[in-house]
Amino acid sequence: MSEQLTPLHGNHACALGAIAAGCRFFGGYPITPSSEIAERMSRELPKVGGVFIQMEDEIASMAAIIGASMGGTRSMTATSGPGFSLMQENLGYAAIAEVPCVIINVMRGGPSTGMPTRPAQGDILQARWGTHGDHPIIVLTPASVQEVYDETIRAFELAEKLRVPVVVMYDQIIAHLLEGVKMRDADAPLVERKWAGSEADYKPFATGDDLVPAMARPGDGHRVHTTGLTHNEAGFPTQHPETVDRVTRRLLDKLDRHRAEIEKFEAVDTDDADILVVTFGISARAARRAVRIARAEGIKAGLFRPLTMWPFPEEALRAAAKGAKAVLVPEMNAGQLSWQLERVLRDGTPIVSQGKIDGQPITPDEIVARLREIRGS
Amino acid sequence: MNEVATVAGAETGPFEIRDYLRLELMPHFMCPGCGHGIALRALLWAVHELGIEKDKLAVVSGIGCSGRVGAYIDANTFHTTHGRPLAFATGLKLARPDLTVVVISGDGDSLAIGGNHLIHACRRNLDMTLLMLNNEVYGMTGGQVSPTTSEHRLTTTTPTGNVEPVFDACRLAAASGASFVGREVTLQAPALKNLVKKAIAHNGFSFVEVMSDCTEIYGRKNDLGESPEMILSQKADMRPEAFGNVADQPFRPHRLATGVFAELDRPEYGAVYRAQPAFRKG
Repeated sequence: MSEQLTPLHGNHACALGAIAAGCRFFGGYPITPSSEIAERMSRELPKVGGVFIQMEDEIASMAAIIGASMGGTRSMTATSGPGFSLMQENLGYAAIAEVPCVIINVMRGGPSTGMPTRPAQGDILQARWGTHGDHPIIVLTPASVQEVYDETIRAFELAEKLRVPVVVMYDQIIAHLLEGVKMRDADAPLVERKWAGSEADYKPFATGDDLVPAMARPGDGHRVHTTGLTHNEAGFPTQHPETVDRVTRRLLDKLDRHRAEIEKFEAVDTDDADILVVTFGISARAARRAVRIARAEGIKAGLFRPLTMWPFPEEALRAAAKGAKAVLVPEMNAGQLSWQLERVLRDGTPIVSQGKIDGQPITPDEIVARLREIRGS
Repeated sequence: MNEVATVAGAETGPFEIRDYLRLELMPHFMCPGCGHGIALRALLWAVHELGIEKDKLAVVSGIGCSGRVGAYIDANTFHTTHGRPLAFATGLKLARPDLTVVVISGDGDSLAIGGNHLIHACRRNLDMTLLMLNNEVYGMTGGQVSPTTSEHRLTTTTPTGNVEPVFDACRLAAASGASFVGREVTLQAPALKNLVKKAIAHNGFSFVEVMSDCTEIYGRKNDLGESPEMILSQKADMRPEAFGNVADQPFRPHRLATGVFAELDRPEYGAVYRAQPAFRKG
């Protein structure tokens, strides 16, 4: 790693992280506040022999990156809420056909057109369940420009290794923050997809213990069939109940098998915390300061911050919340993470939602005020 | 330079369809009398005569009866989502210009849900071929009206007859910029094969509309007879001459033309992209 810091906007850090991770195809559609990613990719990709294309809409963008990835190229798109909604259809295809790809969602106020230039964190449940049916998906939530760079790289690594779509979500503020970024060395090794070799009995969706099938690269002689229909290990459609159950459970179990490497979180002062603050992204930055202020006032507060939103780091949260008398969840939505915590922490610990939906970021003072209230109650 | 054209003159021997099919998937799912099988055969015959290696052939399809046809081809086959095969194929071809990319789609897939992707694929002129199998109906879902259902015809969602005008898909494709546009019926399989061959060999986006027949659902509902009657009447309905002046054409074309309507030398998107000064060969 070079020790020098490069000043970058969040969206540019995302683009450069993708290039560093080996991304060589970008298909996208302009949308505020993500457009700088597409603009930067249109300049960077030709320099490294990659292809940028502006598609006719976000449905086509998602389809194009899956097509490029099925051809063997690391690929990405970037969007915001309305476009993310349109991508859900083909996101499901990437999940069931196990096509590695990375989707950046720079969150803005919603629903619908909402507030295009205002930050929000309201898409975290959509990111998990936006496409229909049971499906695997990984969602990462960086909180700084450095983390946008690093987590974009990690998104490619997880996508390629586990053959799963990976969503990176941050908000309009981080997208346009200017911060110093420690860049990765240009010759850093890339995580390679598990490619099918010359084995005679190759089946495109059969797996070993890692539950990740080896992928056939077009032109390598396997001539496989890829479909969004529920398919057997040979890749062909099936409705045979036992087969459907087996292949679908394997698809869902795939991420559980790799939870240790997928899950990432930060725990600050959680060991002796009476009040645990749980939040992510830009809100976590305010929360980190709020915890420091509260500690100075004698309030024993701690912070738990998931960098992997899905699959949710459940065990780590339960460990961090052990001994806490209350949990405070500041977030820029009406309580989506809070709702999730109610599922994970089933021990009766009071969960206080601090949802903010006015298009303004949550401030440290607002969080401190709630911490004081909770202590006083 | 089009990779396909360089092997077009290769001696490939007699065409044996079994060499190009996944025989383990037989029997196929198509209804008796369905024209999609003739279109499939024409495609494979064209692939054979062009000398395209199966390993280098990518067939991308959408959803519906047409979408299921691709699975029977012993090649790299991608069965994608409804209306989106052209968008998937765009990414695939840009990432892998070495592959010959053929998209199989239907009238609903291409003209209704996928209409936006169709016009932009035509406009970009990326080197791939779309076979739009037009059977005038949503067959897979049980026979609903499509953008090419003929006027007055009965479908399960037009119980008293279709009142919507039909798309002339070739004119749409040509107006959108497709550099090769053609239409053929399934009655004359060699003519269809030759059209598909020209389309694949063409360097740019090729649009081929195949007038297929849905005997079991659409034919039965409208008392159009068995497959031979349907195919013969399709042929009789066609005008084997060129498009002519658009202004002279009725808005609701009862008789569509067959043959090659557009064959233009337009810059191919992938080549143009890679010719940018900034582009460095990876």
